[in-house]
Amino acid sequence: MKKFLFLLMLLTTPLLAAPVTDTFSDPAMEARARNLQRQLRCLVCQGESIDESGAPLAAELRHLVRQQMTDGRSDQQIEDYLRARYGNFILMKPPLQADTYFLWLAPFLVLIGAGAVAMFVVSKARRAVAELPPDLL
Amino acid sequence: MTGELGQLALCFALALSLVMAASGLTGARANAATARGIAHGATMGMLVFIALAFGTLTYAFVTSDFSIADVANNSHTLKPLIYKISGVWGNHEGSMLLWVLVLSLYAGLVSALGRGGPQLTSAALGIQGLLASAFLLFILFTSNPFLRLDPAPFEGAGLNPLLQDPGLAIHPPMLYAGYVGLSASFSYAAAALIVGEEGWARAARPFMLIAWIALTCGIALGSWWAYYELGWGGFWFWDPVENASLMPWLVATALLHSALATERTGAFRTWTLLLAIAGFSMSLIGTFLVRSGVLSSVHAFASDPTRGFFIMVLIFCAIGGALGLFAWRAPTLKGGAAFDTVSRETALLLNNVFLVAACAAVFVGTLYPLLLDAINGEKISVGPPYYAATFAPIFFALLLLVPFGPMLGWRRGDLKEAARALAPALGIAAVAALAVLAIASPRFLTGVCAFAVAGWLIGASILSFIKRKGARASAFAAALAHAGLGVTLMGVAGTTLWRSEALTVLAPGQTMTVGPYTLRFDGVTQEQGPNYRASRAHIALMDGARVQSLLTPEQRIYPAEGQDTANTAIRTTGFQDLYLALGDDRGNGRWTLRAYVSPLAPFIWLGGLVMAFGGMLSLWGRLRAPAQVPSAVAQPAE
Repeated sequence: MKKFLFLLMLLTTPLLAAPVTDTFSDPAMEARARNLQRQLRCLVCQGESIDESGAPLAAELRHLVRQQMTDGRSDQQIEDYLRARYGNFILMKPPLQADTYFLWLAPFLVLIGAGAVAMFVVSKARRAVAELPPDLL
Repeated sequence: MTGELGQLALCFALALSLVMAASGLTGARANAATARGIAHGATMGMLVFIALAFGTLTYAFVTSDFSIADVANNSHTLKPLIYKISGVWGNHEGSMLLWVLVLSLYAGLVSALGRGGPQLTSAALGIQGLLASAFLLFILFTSNPFLRLDPAPFEGAGLNPLLQDPGLAIHPPMLYAGYVGLSASFSYAAAALIVGEEGWARAARPFMLIAWIALTCGIALGSWWAYYELGWGGFWFWDPVENASLMPWLVATALLHSALATERTGAFRTWTLLLAIAGFSMSLIGTFLVRSGVLSSVHAFASDPTRGFFIMVLIFCAIGGALGLFAWRAPTLKGGAAFDTVSRETALLLNNVFLVAACAAVFVGTLYPLLLDAINGEKISVGPPYYAATFAPIFFALLLLVPFGPMLGWRRGDLKEAARALAPALGIAAVAALAVLAIASPRFLTGVCAFAVAGWLIGASILSFIKRKGARASAFAAALAHAGLGVTLMGVAGTTLWRSEALTVLAPGQTMTVGPYTLRFDGVTQEQGPNYRASRAHIALMDGARVQSLLTPEQRIYPAEGQDTANTAIRTTGFQDLYLALGDDRGNGRWTLRAYVSPLAPFIWLGGLVMAFGGMLSLWGRLRAPAQVPSAVAQPAE
């Protein structure tokens, strides 16, 4: 009877149950799950991962992740499964592919470009400083 | 009556802003003293009328005048007074009115201080007038806060409960003071291009500083709010709206440094002008992102395509116009910096290289998903892992170099001497790294690096405090601001790497442990607030069998708005936060409780405060200086 009531409670509350309470007793598995959860975006919230979101969908996704982990799937397999289901949008880290090369490289291209300009400016300024009267230094 | 009064005041302000633009730009010519007089008069007039319009709207919110649509949509009679007032800018129309109020306050300040001589000031006022008229047109045609409702509803719809918070009551005005403050340096830069650029960097310096201080405080406040209000202990989300405030900060920081060289030795003249334009452009783009509804979040009050289109046109005109002016006039400026490879100038240049690259990371990360979606419909998320791989290493490299700047001389520095002077800071960095290795567990390489760099930054600041006894305020200001970076870095590292957490379902009387703390759950009571109902959990922090203190995290339900919020309970020692958030009701008096222990969390915002103090010290030095040091470019008296 007690078991039945518990099951009933489980069946009626999942939509209200915002943060998960299912946790792995193995700390390594738990850490892995948490790490995976942080890499996955809650699809209905603004920029939150499913790890931190209180939305019901996030709770379902957390459950899904943990279930697949229990089934012995690797992180990559779980990510691939979710990507196939929800698209790249679910990954917090945008995949490196043809249409995201620019996204990933732009900051470093700017860094290199700005560095090159700076080197040019410095070399010009160094030539100019040689011609300055010494009392200005 | 009040609505019509506000509307009329806005119309007068628009007329005066046009007068200001025309006469201000005319007054840029040497022999147009009359036009300059008119420009100053129009500036003050516009300020008075915009203040009147803003006062009128505030009055309508305070008295709950629901015949005004904006009040009816965003206020409620039961709201506490402070949130009735903050409700004025807690919506699209009112926040745009606040925007022009701040803009006109800066215009008034530009007019009153008259820095850089009459012609430069006049031209700057002209540009401010153009900006003000554009935003006033935007308000009057797409976002009028004074539209009436007939019949007036009996009760208002209320304000988003997330915004009903003391932190968020002052966050928008603070951030706007920063955003719009960059308009003053933008106007001075454009004015310098019109008049000829002598002395503009010096004239605009106080405005850059005010804007930077306000942005620093605004961002810190926003981050602090997110920390205690959103209920999971994070402090920065790389949310597009946060990024919209970080980008102007990065550019403003670059501008402050580059302008220093321009002022001192005339280096980077054109680059500093371009940065001043870029800084306000980032503010405008931020406004567009936030206000147009392109990005929806707690900040996007309404998404209306006309508004987005109008702001986009406004941005194109402002940025395009300024860049056009730059392209036309910049080649005529006499260039030619003269400095050695090892010099303060090179250090400032490197600062700019890294800040621009860091800003590019944020810019691309924020806008690329929108672009990609528009091009091929592909939806991607750019989350924290992206910024950890791009922004973080670039900024980290910058932090490594920071201490060298103040140690190097202008034009020609001595790297060996600087290295010798900085050697003790290296010692402090080593001590910090070893301390982390000894104390913290688990051990993270990033954590050790972060603390070493923090020790390096703070150590170098202490050294320059000791070394420069009796130096000018600006040297201390720089040391303080750089030390603030170190403090924030420690907070960020401590919280990100060593936060411990626990999530437990508790029945009354049960205990849980998190980090070094033992917590006893004493049940939940129902409380009634002025405009909300709260489930308040009573948590006893135990010291053995003795109760050390009580914490009361809450869940609040706002019936008028139909929303609920989590109100966390935070107990801080100054070095460590115990952070509690009440989860959901599990029946039979059992509740979920989330607890975090965040080491050094308060340092994140403390560092921001230290940086802002550095800025204030510099500002104080600046405003005091002109009385003693006569300006290099003497202007003929009128």
